[in-house]
Amino acid sequence: MSEHVICQVCKTETSPADLAANLKVCPSCGYHFRMEPKERIAYLADPDTFEEFCKNMKSLNPIDMDGYEEKLSEAEKKSNLSDAVITGTCSIEKTRVVLALMSFSFMGGSMGSVVGEKISRAIMKGVEKKMPVIIYATSGGARMQEGIFSLMQMAKTASAAAELDRAGIPLFLVLCDPTTGGVTASFAMLGDITIAEPGALIGFAGPRVIEGTIKQTLPEGFQRAEFQQEKGFVDLIVPRREQRALFVKLLRAHTNGGSL
Amino acid sequence: MSDSKTVQNRIDELMKLASEAGVDISAELKKINEKIEESSSSAKAWQRVELARHPDRPRALDIIGNICDEFIELHGDRYFGDDPALIGGIGFIDGIPVTIIGNQKGRNLRETMTRNGGMANPEGYRKALRLAKQAEKFHRPVITLIDTQGAYPGLGAEERGIGEAIAMNLREFSQLRTPVICIVIGEGGSGGALGIGVGDKVYMLENAVYSVISPEGYASILLRDSSQAKNAAAMMKITAEDVLEMKVCNGIIKEPKGGAHLDPAESSRRIKELIVNDLRDLMPRNPAVLVRYRNQKIRKFGHFTESAGE
Repeated sequence: MSEHVICQVCKTETSPADLAANLKVCPSCGYHFRMEPKERIAYLADPDTFEEFCKNMKSLNPIDMDGYEEKLSEAEKKSNLSDAVITGTCSIEKTRVVLALMSFSFMGGSMGSVVGEKISRAIMKGVEKKMPVIIYATSGGARMQEGIFSLMQMAKTASAAAELDRAGIPLFLVLCDPTTGGVTASFAMLGDITIAEPGALIGFAGPRVIEGTIKQTLPEGFQRAEFQQEKGFVDLIVPRREQRALFVKLLRAHTNGGSL
Repeated sequence: MSDSKTVQNRIDELMKLASEAGVDISAELKKINEKIEESSSSAKAWQRVELARHPDRPRALDIIGNICDEFIELHGDRYFGDDPALIGGIGFIDGIPVTIIGNQKGRNLRETMTRNGGMANPEGYRKALRLAKQAEKFHRPVITLIDTQGAYPGLGAEERGIGEAIAMNLREFSQLRTPVICIVIGEGGSGGALGIGVGDKVYMLENAVYSVISPEGYASILLRDSSQAKNAAAMMKITAEDVLEMKVCNGIIKEPKGGAHLDPAESSRRIKELIVNDLRDLMPRNPAVLVRYRNQKIRKFGHFTESAGE
């Protein structure tokens, strides 16, 4: 029983199978463990409806940063992903949507050229096909190894979000633990409806940076999903198990019963 | 540089010894030369960082004073307050009415405190957006002067949604139906700079720097050694030449010899000349075309490969 997963909040031990069956939510306290894109697709999408975009897109080393290629291949091996986001289309209760899911396990979900490009293309697919776009965000921020190009991905994804906005097609964001930095300051905060997972850390500056600036310890719960809802930046906090049902309702509200 | 001279003398000695002994040390020499080059490029990059942060460097309001016939400063975001770290208003440049927005650092200690060192809070970005939309409404071009280490990483900034404020500016500036010219006049740091940095044309002053994070931040996070800031500055490719080469800016505005602070009037004259030229070119353009080109340009940023199609 040494393989049991220990909840970092209540210390309850759960077997990996039980945890997976419970959508990686601690059965005892409701703590939401980090979840991988493929696990989310299995839960959200109608079976076998997910069609992936840009499967072979990979990062280059645009500013010749020492050690970046090694970092990338390490991350690939560790995460079994080609970069920190998977994008595609799928059906949710027969409504076609564009779905983009980030992974924190690939270099902390950082946004470099590949994440920026895949997110932008996914959003533009929504414009082109008139499909609602759902993005699950989780990220430590910009992929600093790509220098100024990582910063420019913020402008790029926001520009795509602007087109979706002007086209009158909904953008739904789900902010997962953690969503910070350049991702927060771009597409993650541009949803028509912003959902957060319980307890998720959501902010621009990281807690340690803020503590270093103000020379104080941050109050309990600072930048958590509940705090962000109280401050007015999150529409609703939805436990994982209820997210699919919520999307079914939201899609119905935004697609006039199937045709946007 | 006496250091490099000593190194060169040592290399000459080594070469002499090696040829006397009949040993080929060219591979080692190549490595050493690369190291020397690296350290000189880090010195060069750091010199730019120091010039960009020079206490006497002309600030946004100095430049505005020099390039405008008149300037009317406007205050407040209409939600929360006025941010002295991010200023804006209506100016006349050669008689042309424009909206100018800029990060304002202080000149002395007291002003630096009032201006929060040029690090804006959400209300600064929201004021910038309000003024930009106002410019669009009244067909005025927008000029932004970027000079900040970044947005303020404070408690209040987070409570009032600094991430949302910057995100909204990125989205809305991309769609402004009026010309937008952005000039990095000192430090262009992170999302805080980009928050007023989306436009049709982006320029940098010769000694300005533009980066995703400060060299100190890069050093302490990725190199795990904050004393490595000088090296980080070179590694990150943050000088005006670097950014131009990467096609993230459209051009460089030459500074007077020794830096803009030695001749602020001349620096401003060059900035003004460029703005007036660009306005002549941009103002007659159809706003829809302007927006389309602006977004096409933004979407191209990035480097990746795709071995197969979708």
